[in-house]
Amino acid sequence: VGEMETAPKSGRDVPPKKDKLQTKRRKPRRYWEEETVPTRDGASAGPPCNKKNRELRPQRRKNAHILKKSRISKKPQVPKKPREWKNPESQRSLSGVNPGPGSSPLPRSKAKTRSRLEVAEAEEEETSIKAARSELLLAEEPGFLEGEDGEDTAKICQADIVEAVDIASAAKHFDLNLRQFGPYRLNYSRTGRHLAFGGRRGHVAALDWVTKKLMCEINVMEAVRDIRFLHSEALLAVAQNRWLHIYDNQGIELHCIRRCDRVTRLEFLPFHFLLATASETGFLTYLDVSVGKIVAALNARAGRLDVMSQNPYNAVIHLGHSNGTVSLWSPAMKEPLAKILCHRGGVRAVAVDSTGTYMATSGLDHQLKIFDLRGTYQPLSTRTLPHGAGHLAFSQRGLLVAGMGDVVNIWAGQGKASPPSLEQPYLTHRLSGPVHGLQFCPFEDVLGVGHSGGITSMLVPGAGEPNFDGLESNPYRSRKQRQEWEVKALLEKVPAELICLDPRALAKVDVISLEQGKKERIERLGYDPEAKAPFQPKPKQKGRSSTASLVKRKRKVMDEEHRDKVRQSLQQQQQRHKEVKAKSTGARPSALDRFVR
Amino acid sequence: MTANRLAESLLALSQQEELVDLPKDYLLSGSEDEGDNDGEREHQKLLEAISSLDGKNRRKLAERSEASLKVSEFNVSSEGSGEKLVLADLLEPVKTSSSLATVKKQLNRVKSKKTVELPLNKEEIERIHREVAFNKTTQVLSKWDPVVLKNRQAEQLVFPLEKEEPAIAPIEHVLSGWKYHKVVKKGKAKKALKEFEQLRKVNPAAALEELEKIEKARMMERMSLKHQNSGKWAKSKAIMAKYDLEARQAMQEQLAKNKELTQKLQVASESEEEEGGTEEVEELLVPDVVNEVQMNADGPNPWMLRSCTSDTKEAATQEDPEQLPEPEAHEVSESEGEERPVAEEEILLREFEERRSLRKRSELSQDAEPAGSQETKDSSSQEVLSELRVLAQKLKENDQSRKQKASSEGTIPQVQREEPAPEEEEPLLLQRPERVQTLEELEELGKEECFQNKELPRPVLEGQQSERTPNNRPDAPKEKKKKEQMIDLQNLLTTQSPSVKSLAVPTIEELEDEEERNQRQMIKEAFAGDDVIRDFLKEKREAVEASKPKDVDLTLPGWGEWGGVGLKPSAKKRRRFLIKAPEGPPRKDKNLPNVIINEKRNIHTAAHQVRVLPYPFTHHWQFERTIQTPIGSTWNTQRAFQKLTTPKVVTKPGHIINPIKAEDVGYRSSSRSDLSVIQRNPKRITTRHKKQLKKSSVD
Repeated sequence: VGEMETAPKSGRDVPPKKDKLQTKRRKPRRYWEEETVPTRDGASAGPPCNKKNRELRPQRRKNAHILKKSRISKKPQVPKKPREWKNPESQRSLSGVNPGPGSSPLPRSKAKTRSRLEVAEAEEEETSIKAARSELLLAEEPGFLEGEDGEDTAKICQADIVEAVDIASAAKHFDLNLRQFGPYRLNYSRTGRHLAFGGRRGHVAALDWVTKKLMCEINVMEAVRDIRFLHSEALLAVAQNRWLHIYDNQGIELHCIRRCDRVTRLEFLPFHFLLATASETGFLTYLDVSVGKIVAALNARAGRLDVMSQNPYNAVIHLGHSNGTVSLWSPAMKEPLAKILCHRGGVRAVAVDSTGTYMATSGLDHQLKIFDLRGTYQPLSTRTLPHGAGHLAFSQRGLLVAGMGDVVNIWAGQGKASPPSLEQPYLTHRLSGPVHGLQFCPFEDVLGVGHSGGITSMLVPGAGEPNFDGLESNPYRSRKQRQEWEVKALLEKVPAELICLDPRALAKVDVISLEQGKKERIERLGYDPEAKAPFQPKPKQKGRSSTASLVKRKRKVMDEEHRDKVRQSLQQQQQRHKEVKAKSTGARPSALDRFVR
Repeated sequence: MTANRLAESLLALSQQEELVDLPKDYLLSGSEDEGDNDGEREHQKLLEAISSLDGKNRRKLAERSEASLKVSEFNVSSEGSGEKLVLADLLEPVKTSSSLATVKKQLNRVKSKKTVELPLNKEEIERIHREVAFNKTTQVLSKWDPVVLKNRQAEQLVFPLEKEEPAIAPIEHVLSGWKYHKVVKKGKAKKALKEFEQLRKVNPAAALEELEKIEKARMMERMSLKHQNSGKWAKSKAIMAKYDLEARQAMQEQLAKNKELTQKLQVASESEEEEGGTEEVEELLVPDVVNEVQMNADGPNPWMLRSCTSDTKEAATQEDPEQLPEPEAHEVSESEGEERPVAEEEILLREFEERRSLRKRSELSQDAEPAGSQETKDSSSQEVLSELRVLAQKLKENDQSRKQKASSEGTIPQVQREEPAPEEEEPLLLQRPERVQTLEELEELGKEECFQNKELPRPVLEGQQSERTPNNRPDAPKEKKKKEQMIDLQNLLTTQSPSVKSLAVPTIEELEDEEERNQRQMIKEAFAGDDVIRDFLKEKREAVEASKPKDVDLTLPGWGEWGGVGLKPSAKKRRRFLIKAPEGPPRKDKNLPNVIINEKRNIHTAAHQVRVLPYPFTHHWQFERTIQTPIGSTWNTQRAFQKLTTPKVVTKPGHIINPIKAEDVGYRSSSRSDLSVIQRNPKRITTRHKKQLKKSSVD
């Protein structure tokens, strides 16, 4: 916890470069860097560029379709990080250092196995190098907001940002005044191009928010609890007062799913084509939208469910409960995969970041906590907010937004992989009504806020991932491309039952079955075929095959084996001693160290 | 030891035999030194008696030795004396007399002669042979080890392994046999003439000799009835000639040949005449020679080049229609005797030769076939070109031998030059040098990126660790007592966290005293919190209990004691029949008070997991590590994806995959390598052999 607070902010530590700036009016000078070249200069030079009071660069996207490589390069990191973290043994082996015969039987393994392992290692290294290398192709850099010496970026209001950015980016900040139909929930499509929102009083609309082209606008004449795009922007799931309805982008009702009733929250798992619904009745229902079947209906046994979020890393659903726990669900299990006691009061909001590493929760105890999801489930940082956060959301680059009443606070981390530090907000914004829905727009530096006064789209520099994968989620895709992508995505659909806490579990051997199979085989055969045959002395002639001599010979062989083992272990011990010695000698403090400053 | 003794006894035997041949007078009489012997014998007996006291030499004692006193005229016996008879003993008395020098010499010779060792018995010899043969074969076969290993470890194998050879039938087969042989014949004649011409220039005397030989061959031809249109072939052709243009041409050709051969030469007695004759010949030949020179001057024949380079079927088949009509055209115009077609023939022939050599190089096992064809070709040419062949052989033998050698050397280096090519080719096929290059390049280029990449997450990890440790540390004592755990959990949840000072404080509709409201909230939450924590702990305890393996109680109430309502089996009995379940692995949430992790197995996932270890792996982690890296295009760059998914074996459809041959992997020929292998390591075999011999001799 403390570390976050003490960590200095790079932007604030930079000394003022020119005196004239201080004499200037407090109002900051801003500029929008249009070309990539100056931005690169700014990024590399840092301080020299500080003559501009603030550097504000909401990222701009090129129209060129970045190839798959652009994203691919990042993807390997995602599974790698947790893996390295989770099992240090594999990491040790990855580093190429043999962990010694004691901890692993590698040195004794056969040459063939060893060569296979070496090949695998080499392959992995090669692919990772290639992936790292292909990051060169990521042309776009994320935007950022940097305050001058000691200036709080939270003081920068949207008007300042809009004034600073180019017209195209400025157009992304807008307000929709829809006071009539009450607090709005909203959802961006996966490509970030389309926006759907539904008001409490039945107003449902979908639009291409960049061009502001309205796709459909209907009134369902029923309370809308939540709204969500399905795999593409052509389908829309709306949780209405009684049942779940699905509309197309024309506003035509396609389905009314009566098995999902009194749904309060919706989540869509894009790789599994699952629509997860949390209902007032306490059921978590998974609906496979590709075949229209309910995969699982799980009773959470925790009363009304109205806090739900998904973990984009492993597609686990997080449910917040009134008893302060957050439970993690998979359609494969009837019970929660894990239960975490997070708050003393009920949980009001849950959000998981895109890497699946951090979970932010806020409870009735007015606290906002960030949990580590990689095994320990311990809070990393905790803050008490004046009135608690009712809504939380993570951006693609790890920014955390909390909606508290009619105010949204945004916190930023140090880097992409770090949790947001709750010490100081990155941006704040006051809305015209209490917040009811929050979501960062994918691939854009935009935060959409649904509130009682309508919809607000605000600019948050550095929120979105600047480089998109043209083959995966392309904001500029045509209808044809979308259809093609749809087919491919359907072909690559992941079975629902594979959802588990560790998505890499499939790459592991089912040890229990393995052992079981071995045991059964031994039982069936009557002996262990893999066991080393015990030494059987050959019968000898001329009276030398007496029982005593046989025993003697057996013992001799046994002793020899034992001696070998002892010798090996002794060698290992010696080695370890040596290592320890080497370490200790290396780390020994010198008397002269006291003079080192 | 035993062998030595054996040899000695043998020696003694032979000596005895020799001694038998000696005249009687030379024999020693036993009575002469009897007195001397008596004392010795007694002494010996005494010694034996003493030595027999310990009872070991009883058998020796039992031996009777009455014959020892007798002196046989046929045999020398040393029995009874207790020592062995040595040749020197016999020779001692002979020493003095010089007349017995010859005998002495003979004896010495006998002595110096070495005995032949006993031949080993059959089984041992066979065993040795087997061993040697085994060693030899293993040596021979061991040359394949690196090849096999390489192929096994190769990332990709492309079959067929051998270099792509022209898939067309050799041109001999394309052309009809008859036509082909005709072309060959012509070429041979041409060659012979050329060689003769050269010989004439270099060595006139030899040329004269050659000429004589040619003349002789011609005479022989005249004498025989060849080319008389009397053969089977000629008769059939004569019938066919009416209808078939080709047959007619062949007939005409043969007739012309006959005429040429049977034409009586004016024997020129004078040298001038001969000079003129040769001049005539020269004149006749000049155009060809000129042609040749021109062709040579032109450098490599474009046709040949094409034939060399074009390995593909299509090219060859394209060539064939061009080639085919030409001999025919030549046949038609042969009577006119032009130079151009001759040159073309040369070209054709060369092509054949080229192809043949290529084929030879490419495949050694199929060597037999070309050789056979050559033989048939030779036999066919023998009919017509006997004289020329003789000439050619002669030429080869004497004058042109060095040239031939040079040419043969030329071909060998060519072969050797060609040999490394497959070797170079193979890695090309197996390893895909292009990718390797790029990999190296990548390694060079991507080093810093990789470095950065590795560096980047580290501080984060460290940070996490440093964050985690304070969290984990308080956990450690928790495991001991539930109370402590609870307290800690409460601490965890009720710790005062710094509140955020936000610039924008949310506006609250009801204007209430914030302090008071906070207080109320706090109290409420405190009460609620207690409940929450207690509930959670209870839940966790239940979950832990539920996941624990259950003990099995096998006590039967009423056995061995009174049973009934209200009566419980005794504690002792219960203890005795209670099977304690083995302690399960520690729970994942053992040290995490605020977490309940479900330990139940996800059978749906398990259904997709590997449950049988593949062959070379002995531990599951080994296999896991090899499948750790995802190979899909979703997680990899395009090139990495392609590399990871290259098939292990690539075969070309429609191509025969022959078994691997020595030439494919760069070995020249099997016999040579065998020899070299054996020569390389002769020591081992011989030492083994020796050892074997020694062993057997000892036995």
